Amino acid sequence: MSAISIRDLWLEYGNQIVLERINLQIDAGGFIALVGPSGAGKSSFLRLILGQERPTRGAILLDGEPLRSEPGPDRGVVFQRYSVFPHLTALENVLIAFEFASSPVLARLRGEARRDALAKSAALLQEVGLEAHRDKYPSALSGGMQQRLAIAQALARRPRVLLLDEPFGALDPGTRAQMHALIRKLWHEHGTTVIMVTHDIKEAFGLGTRLIALDRTRLDSQAAGRYGATITYDLDLRRDGPVPVLGFLKTPAPLDGANINQGISP
Amino acid sequence: MNIVPGRGSRLALALLPFVVIALVYVVGSAERRAANPDDKLLPPISEMAQTVHRLAFEPDRRSEETVLWTDTAASLQRLGLGLGIATLIGLVVGLAIGLLPVVGSTFASLIAVLSMIPPMAVLPILFIVFGLGELSKVVLIVFGVAPFLVRDLALAVGNLPAEQLVKAQSLGASTWQLAIRVVLPQVMPRLIEAVRLSLGPAFLFLISAEAIAADVGLGYRIFLMRRYLAMDVILPYVAWITLLAYLLDFALARAARHAFPWAYVQERR
Repeated sequence: MSAISIRDLWLEYGNQIVLERINLQIDAGGFIALVGPSGAGKSSFLRLILGQERPTRGAILLDGEPLRSEPGPDRGVVFQRYSVFPHLTALENVLIAFEFASSPVLARLRGEARRDALAKSAALLQEVGLEAHRDKYPSALSGGMQQRLAIAQALARRPRVLLLDEPFGALDPGTRAQMHALIRKLWHEHGTTVIMVTHDIKEAFGLGTRLIALDRTRLDSQAAGRYGATITYDLDLRRDGPVPVLGFLKTPAPLDGANINQGISP
Repeated sequence: MNIVPGRGSRLALALLPFVVIALVYVVGSAERRAANPDDKLLPPISEMAQTVHRLAFEPDRRSEETVLWTDTAASLQRLGLGLGIATLIGLVVGLAIGLLPVVGSTFASLIAVLSMIPPMAVLPILFIVFGLGELSKVVLIVFGVAPFLVRDLALAVGNLPAEQLVKAQSLGASTWQLAIRVVLPQVMPRLIEAVRLSLGPAFLFLISAEAIAADVGLGYRIFLMRRYLAMDVILPYVAWITLLAYLLDFALARAARHAFPWAYVQERR
């Protein structure tokens, strides 16, 4: 559960400006859906929060502290692919997170500590519905099961923020619906702040409590990279928010715009 | 492409070329013998079997040792030491170059240059520096094989998806933990493949070094017997070296599949 604040963030690769003028306050416990066309810097934005890249200008604060600019256990992540370790079984894939935490030299646990970590890992697998497949290697799991495993793994260190980079993009519609139910349940139970990049607008509206769209607002036809993408929409999607959400009856609320850009508090 | 032999016929097909070669040899040998009873070029199988029996089971008159086994032990020791040290260097240096950009920038080009030096060209230097004993032969194998292993392993590390390294760090892994638990096990199958491919060059360097300066060893024996045109020794020795190399290759392949089953799941039969 953690708040992120982003102040006047710019990201440039050489002459090319990818992101510009990003100002954002994300409150703890929200589910942020990040949408936008390809090349609008959604994944770059996620990499910045992940610490995989540094902003050219501006600052990212996690609970008021400047973000360490390398990936760490306070930010979990699930990618679209390659998120689990192919040389470990499902159980070992989760166990390794605990082994990293408590065994700095060998990264292996023994005896009591190992039994403890194994129980915790098994419980996490149970939560994502993989307890029957605990001894299988990822190559023997379906795409959906691999993503479930990746989610269980990412939750093991109880990250303050969970970052999802198009996690369900490669799954079939049926599996995707199951994954939506799963991620919604886990988000409620763990109370983590979730930031999800997606191409699927329906998914964004269905899961998010807040939707942020990135796009380029200015275009220079002479120099395509001259202007970067910035936040073009910032919608509050909670039931009592001002945006009509399909499937929910809206209670009339005073619309003074105060809710917009405010984020949510759980 | 779509006609696939069954299990039994696959074995028969694999044996066929060997049988043909053996037949050609037997016929050729018999014909030469018929023309010249003292022919040494293609000795009959029976003669070779006798020689092998003498070399393998009867102690040498002068040294009191059974020649085949002392030669084999000496050569395998050199080969094992050379390949073992080269593998260790390949693993440690390759991993460091592939994983740590600082090490990569420092040493990658040095290794690239080193790997271009023909190992046989530095053999005189090795003989001068390390003497004519065991050490120079082992160093030649290391020098010939290690740069290839280092580069291959560094490439394998570089080919790991960046997502996995980020994922491991987001689970709290330090660089060291990541190296030993995520990168190392995943590149081990590739390392074994590379060592298998290096068996040929390693034997080449071994035989060459033994041919030039040694007093025991498989390569030494072959080149010694050349002076007497003793094909009945040379041919079985060549076959024996080939068999050793093949068995080593086979054992490595088996060990890799046994130790890293996850790496061979997708393999086409």
